[in-house]
Amino acid sequence: MILAYDNLPTVDEVVLEARNIAKSFGNTHALKGVNFDIHRGQVTTLFGENGAGKSTLMKILSGVITPTSGEIVLDGESILFNNANEARAKGISIIHQELSLAPNMNVRDNIFMGREIIKGGQVDFAEEERQARELMAELEEDIDPLTPLEELRLGQQQIIEIARAISQKSRILIMDEPTSALSAAEVEVLFKVIRDLTTKGVSIVYISHHLEEALTITDHAVVLRDGTMTAYAPRKDINLEWIVRNMVGENFDLGSPPTGYEFGNTALHVKNLVIKDSGGGDYNVVDNLSIDVKAGEIVCVYGLMGAGRSEFMECAAGRLRAQQGHILLGDEDVNKLSIAERIQAGLALVPEDRQKDGLVQTMTVGQNLSLASIGEFTHKLLTSKADEDSLIDESIRAVTVKTSGAEAAIGSLSGGNQQKVVIGKMLATAPKVLLLDEPSRGIDIGAKAEVFKLLAERAKQGLAVVYSTSEVAECLSIAHRIIVMHKGKISAEFDHTASKEQIMAASGESVTH
Amino acid sequence: MSATAQKQTVQGVSAAPKKLDIGRLLLEGRAFFALIAIIIFFSLMSPYYFTVNNFLIMSSHVAIFGLLALGMLLVILNGGIDLSVGSTLGLCGVFAGFLMQGVNIEFLGMTFYPSLWVVVVLTCLLGAAVGTVNGVLVAHFKVPAFVATLGTMYVARGIALLMTNGLTYNQLEGKPELGNTGFEWLGFNRLAGIPISVIVLIVVAVLCGLMISRTAFGRWLYASGGNETAADLSGVPIKRVKVTVYLLSGVCAALAGLVLSSQLTSAGPTAGTTYELTAIAAVVIGGAALTGGRGTVRGTILGALVIGYLSDGLVIIGVSAYWQTVFTGTVIVLAVLLNSLQYGTSGKNR
Ligand SMILES: Nc1ncnc2c1ncn2[C@@H]1O[C@H](COP(=O)(O)OP(=O)(O)OP(=O)(O)O)[C@@H](O)[C@H]1O
Ligand SMILES: [Mg+2]
Repeated sequence: MILAYDNLPTVDEVVLEARNIAKSFGNTHALKGVNFDIHRGQVTTLFGENGAGKSTLMKILSGVITPTSGEIVLDGESILFNNANEARAKGISIIHQELSLAPNMNVRDNIFMGREIIKGGQVDFAEEERQARELMAELEEDIDPLTPLEELRLGQQQIIEIARAISQKSRILIMDEPTSALSAAEVEVLFKVIRDLTTKGVSIVYISHHLEEALTITDHAVVLRDGTMTAYAPRKDINLEWIVRNMVGENFDLGSPPTGYEFGNTALHVKNLVIKDSGGGDYNVVDNLSIDVKAGEIVCVYGLMGAGRSEFMECAAGRLRAQQGHILLGDEDVNKLSIAERIQAGLALVPEDRQKDGLVQTMTVGQNLSLASIGEFTHKLLTSKADEDSLIDESIRAVTVKTSGAEAAIGSLSGGNQQKVVIGKMLATAPKVLLLDEPSRGIDIGAKAEVFKLLAERAKQGLAVVYSTSEVAECLSIAHRIIVMHKGKISAEFDHTASKEQIMAASGESVTH
Repeated sequence: MSATAQKQTVQGVSAAPKKLDIGRLLLEGRAFFALIAIIIFFSLMSPYYFTVNNFLIMSSHVAIFGLLALGMLLVILNGGIDLSVGSTLGLCGVFAGFLMQGVNIEFLGMTFYPSLWVVVVLTCLLGAAVGTVNGVLVAHFKVPAFVATLGTMYVARGIALLMTNGLTYNQLEGKPELGNTGFEWLGFNRLAGIPISVIVLIVVAVLCGLMISRTAFGRWLYASGGNETAADLSGVPIKRVKVTVYLLSGVCAALAGLVLSSQLTSAGPTAGTTYELTAIAAVVIGGAALTGGRGTVRGTILGALVIGYLSDGLVIIGVSAYWQTVFTGTVIVLAVLLNSLQYGTSGKNR
């Protein structure tokens, strides 16, 4: 038995070896005989498009699901995990792609859920709180351990999920898209923590669709495609182009602003918008914001987490109330309209958190896609199955959802494909203005390119698009105009010729890489 | 574009027809198979059980629970619960009985005898009013459904007791010279050999089934029960849906109250006590999830039949009332166990 922390990470030693792993869900063959090595004290990154089988493989390694066939060898011994607890006992823990936290409990209790520190027959809350504070300090996050989880924004919840995994002091830590909701600064901190862990001999498996970011941290790259491993290489042999080529077969770029047409009239007019902090804080999350977006124009809103981007969009969509200001759709004041009426009028939002706000887990893929346009296929009270099916088919094709069919359960889709369903649902309402809050969250580079292409096409037909992102590379793609938000205000505005450094500087972010 | 092409082939392959899976079939059709088993068992035990007459009698009992269960299904699909239906049934029965006695309007100095149809409509309106109170409390004042309907359960029962001073109305026949006869028609009459109460149940079930599977409202209901915020952001009027389901549950309870007091030819303030639990049981046995978003009319009707045919069967073969309770409880727990088997696997893949 090798103890952690006693060896230099330069020793290239395989701690865990997965051999010939296959997994089928009914007729879906998610994994078809994959070999995968985890090296001690090093970071191995798993790349692959949506539905390639990355999460499935990680769930197998961490005991969450059992493989159909294949073998896992840990420290030279073949083992079989029946559940996640057995894997955890062997020092393997996982950060799931979708958050698995209890929103009604506070940060401390979430971190120690199921592993409460017991002293004298009682939970030692003081000790738990102390450790939670330490973790927060390590992750450079200003969160009180007694805050209820539901009061945190999505990115902070993701930090809690990371903190929980780190606190388990595992030898192997699997991170399935841990940064999808994190800001660049938070990612920096996470990477520092990862480097710290690897010097202590902890092995990391990392999954991310932010390819450039992943390249800065990884030691090994493995590419999965349709359930088989298509490429492997150590860091020194690879670059971005290599990953993209192996992942999707050709070099995708995120496109450029569509041209060759005139913008129409102002489609969305936001004037002096003020939104108070909903958590009771004495400041404005959106502070005197004014934006005009023309029909056919694509605007990217860049900013750090907490800059007020989500709040602005949610307010425009009717979910949050504004303290002051006006929002006009065309010349219509939408202030008094309900969410449904705004969708009717042509103002639609693709929310940031697809699990909580985007999808109905009990419904099928098709029913989720058609949910926002029920009126379209209802004639004289009754819904028409034929009309609904054609609407669903069109949506599935438009956003290229990889699914076994419209009748499949929404939970059977990979994370990225679920995201596409949420986008497809709102596009099906034929909006005039489409707001997308972090639309690329969790989707692969190919899908991202497809989504952006789709948005660019719709813009050419007169759709006004506003999307937010935390990735600078995504600002400089299809957007005609880039607006940078900082603490609820617009701190700068650029056209598509701006440089990454300019944009990041305006967001109040230190330019590190 | 090779990536897109590939995705499409994958789609084509996995859309291949599914194999017939016996275990799955048994699990999904469990309420149906349970019903068949119950019928076979009691037919073997008693020669009287498997007769047309007995089935009609049992079915008219089922009608009461079935009506309550349909209303309950709508509420449960929405992710709520309605504990007040038993009391609403009692209150509505008493209210109908009260109307049949004639309404004395003091300042006109005359007594007004509403005709049967007026009684039916007014009673349904009362049920709707109780349901609306529930719905508004839950949807607009954010009172948890369990608590709000527990409250109305007591209040409705209390009002029923106050109205009659604890006594029972026995004169429901009406008088031909007053033009208010026919109340027993609901409980006793038959149309083409089928009891009116059963016909009422069938009509309500068909309407309910159409509503939840074929109308926009039905889709709203399933969506808001599955994930209310997502439904809200997709433009579903979640509050309206909520109020409506409680309202409809109240109307169903009122109908059940009319049928029951007509069957008993009396309206007592304690009628329908604990019936809400039977209704919930029927819905659950029918495969609905108490967390909302899953359930069907077909399942619920089967659930009501299972409970009704089981308890009547036990009476027929002379099992004591105490054992009946034990059996019913066992069936309910078994049903919930199977529900978690069915939904457990597909729900855990996040
Ligand atoms: N529980 C399940 N039932 C049926 N099919 C499933 C299930 N879980 C995963 N799949 C299928 O297995 C395939 C691989 O899914 P997986 O979640 O591993 O993809 P992924 O590589 O993590 O994708 P993403 O980048 O989108 O997260 C997909 O086609 C998915 O639809
Ligand atoms: Mg995944």
